[in-house]
Amino acid sequence: MIDKTAYSEYVNKTVPKTQELKTLLTAFITGGIICMIGEGILDLYTATLPMLAQEEIATLTTITLIFIGGFLTALGLYDKLGTIIPITGFANSIVSPAIEFNREGVFQGVMSKMFDIAGPVIVSGVTLSAIVGIIFYLIEVFA
Amino acid sequence: MDIFLRYLQVFAVGGLVCFIGQILINKTKMTSARILVLFLTLGVVLEAVGVFRYIKEFGSSGITVPIIGFGANLAKGAIDGSKYGIIPAIIGGMQKVAGGLTAAIVFGFIFSVVSKSKTKRM
Repeated sequence: MIDKTAYSEYVNKTVPKTQELKTLLTAFITGGIICMIGEGILDLYTATLPMLAQEEIATLTTITLIFIGGFLTALGLYDKLGTIIPITGFANSIVSPAIEFNREGVFQGVMSKMFDIAGPVIVSGVTLSAIVGIIFYLIEVFA
Repeated sequence: MDIFLRYLQVFAVGGLVCFIGQILINKTKMTSARILVLFLTLGVVLEAVGVFRYIKEFGSSGITVPIIGFGANLAKGAIDGSKYGIIPAIIGGMQKVAGGLTAAIVFGFIFSVVSKSKTKRM
């Protein structure tokens, strides 16, 4: 027999660990599968749309993944996947807060809350890319 | 067999990236926004130093589908633009990701307006 305090100690020690392991494993598998779906879409477009340039195919694939991520979020299914790192998660980060606040109206609710998480991502991305552009321009001119 | 191997590489690289993201979520309690910004910055840096190309050759969508690929695209557009002048250098990143960003905003807006907000879950 094991007494109550020892048991709860045991539970405290094991539960977070197994849960953490589970989240890591889930992230690996769902993340890997989402990327494989992306590769599948890329292959599909490459095979069926030969008139498009490679860059356009890549853009179309990104657009498709964003559509899927936003659509699954709207259906309330994306949270179960629990991964924000793929571009589908970026779509999720836009749609999810916007839905939550859409009863506050289109302007104050949807249009502004859309950027709760995406805002920092876009601001830092645009700023970084401008900085990189200027640095490489200076290298181009002076080097 | 080649195709099978390629998809396996995509799975491994993409899985690993999300695995690392999950470690950060579990260990540091960083918010989603911070993690996304961190991975985006990583993508910008990897492209700027010229390493991203090699990871992409191996992992294909495994590295381009995660937000790292978004960052790398921003940097790629800026670097490509820098060959043509200061203005193309500054706007090149945005031009390169315009498709994805437009999709995110337009689809995000439409999906958010048509969905009913549910009671907030904790």
